[in-house]
Amino acid sequence: MSGHSTYKPQSKVLQWIERRLPIGGLIHSSFVVYPVPRNLNYLWTFGGILAFMLGVQIITGIVLAMHYIPHVDFAFRSVEGIMRDVNYGWLLRYLHANGASMFFLAVYVHMFRGIYYCSYKEPREVLWILGVIIYLLMMATGFMGYVLVWGQMSFWAATVITNLFSAIPGVGDAIVTWLWGGYAVGNPTLNRFYSLHYLLPFVIAGVVVLHIWALHVVGQNNPTGIEPKSEKDTVAFTPYATVKDGFFMAAFVILYAWFVFYIPNFLGHADNYIPANPAVTPTHIVPEWYYLPFYAILRAIPDKLMGVIALGASIVILAFLPWLDTSKVRSARYRPLFRQFFWLFVIVCVGLGWLGSKPPEGIYVILARIFTIYYFAFFLVILPLLGIFEKTKPLPNSISESVLGAKA
Amino acid sequence: MTTVSSAEHTRRDFLYIATGAVGAVGAAAVLVPLIAQMNPDASTIAAGAPIEVDLGPIADGQIIKVFWRSKPIFIFHRTKKEIEEAQKVNVASLPDPEPDSARVKQGHDQWLVVIGICTHLGCIPLAHQGAYDGWFCPCHGSQYDTSGRIRSGPAPKNLALPPYKFASDSKIQIG
Repeated sequence: MSGHSTYKPQSKVLQWIERRLPIGGLIHSSFVVYPVPRNLNYLWTFGGILAFMLGVQIITGIVLAMHYIPHVDFAFRSVEGIMRDVNYGWLLRYLHANGASMFFLAVYVHMFRGIYYCSYKEPREVLWILGVIIYLLMMATGFMGYVLVWGQMSFWAATVITNLFSAIPGVGDAIVTWLWGGYAVGNPTLNRFYSLHYLLPFVIAGVVVLHIWALHVVGQNNPTGIEPKSEKDTVAFTPYATVKDGFFMAAFVILYAWFVFYIPNFLGHADNYIPANPAVTPTHIVPEWYYLPFYAILRAIPDKLMGVIALGASIVILAFLPWLDTSKVRSARYRPLFRQFFWLFVIVCVGLGWLGSKPPEGIYVILARIFTIYYFAFFLVILPLLGIFEKTKPLPNSISESVLGAKA
Repeated sequence: MTTVSSAEHTRRDFLYIATGAVGAVGAAAVLVPLIAQMNPDASTIAAGAPIEVDLGPIADGQIIKVFWRSKPIFIFHRTKKEIEEAQKVNVASLPDPEPDSARVKQGHDQWLVVIGICTHLGCIPLAHQGAYDGWFCPCHGSQYDTSGRIRSGPAPKNLALPPYKFASDSKIQIG
């Protein structure tokens, strides 16, 4: 975004606006003529998919908020009212609930792409850290949204997660009481979660703007990990990336629609259709699927405080990736050892997710501990050492050369 | 993009137009539920079902107020004098000309059933007040007669009539 825009609007009206607020020029330079590496694959569409899903969640959320009642005596009922009475209420609710799942599915693919191609390396460290912040905000938003339903899982998830803070020595209990606004999870808790659940998506939107700005300053990474060296290595965003992303976004929306229209409750938990009962805890409390890996890590550690610290560390450690990975080479394409450890990491993450859904007993606990060790070892041991010991494959001279061969 | 002579339409043109058309249909389809959800929902519509009112307890000259679809309905048991006043008026001289016979059910002259919302800006007029023995609206001074017709003041129309019918001589169904 350096230098003057080449945008010259045709109509007099647009010229008048452009001189006073150069939005047209901004869109033109960011999304029309903006150069994008020509070798990007569909994994690069997930950024756009995420922005789209944020829009979907905000819009469906705002219309749902026109009908939802944030009071313990009416919350569950108002959600059922949305499902049964509100025109297209069933559709809006299922779009929003499954939209959250699709949002997290997309963010995990997006993050794994970033790890595989080492997009977090210099000069994209800030871009990556902004992404970690967005992810944390998403987790908070998703958690509070789930509580609003005020089903059994909502209530007990709220109790468990807020109780995590009691692990903090000294001030822990005071913090929990402060979060609750009472002596247990109750109406004050529900009300403030509603307020924050409405607020945070707009905070996410703000950080997303910073995330895209940081991206546009340094440019996209690409599957070779080599920066574009000349104009031959890039294409204009419009029409190439626009059409490619549009196509893949449509495919993603088909998957989304599949859940919404055919299996809308598949990813949810039946117990959340039971109104919250503060006197009875469900036999197996589990969070939504997208939190299961972290739930497994929390339960794997036998000590209360250490478990909470491990939970927090498992997310925060992502922010340090740019400095933990010491390799000079980007992209797993040219790092054979890293690639193997990466796929093992993916299996471990999925495995932790599966283990999070199981009762914390027997073989599940043992496996969860082993997987948790690998999870942290990947960041703290393997990545730092790989940079020193890995023999990387020779890099191509340029992006064009990697695509077209030596003729480029 | 390479330029193509306008005489020949390419496959790319077809694809662009087809995608654009499907996209436009999709965008419209997305808007439908977003806009429709603001219309009254099934529970609101159910709460607006017809109601029955027993006219027996209403004394001669008494006006009662009931609610239907969240609107106040005046039910006026008119005395002979009030009926005569309503029928004697020169209809052509009224701001909103309407004979009294058009505002009551045949054979039930003594019963006036109107929506109690001033047709000016929506306040509820006060009963048995004003110079015409009907209603007086305190907000801006509109005055209605014993047939609920506007006689003076800023209101443009007579008090509206709700849909109703006589289930029996002493019971009406509103809605």
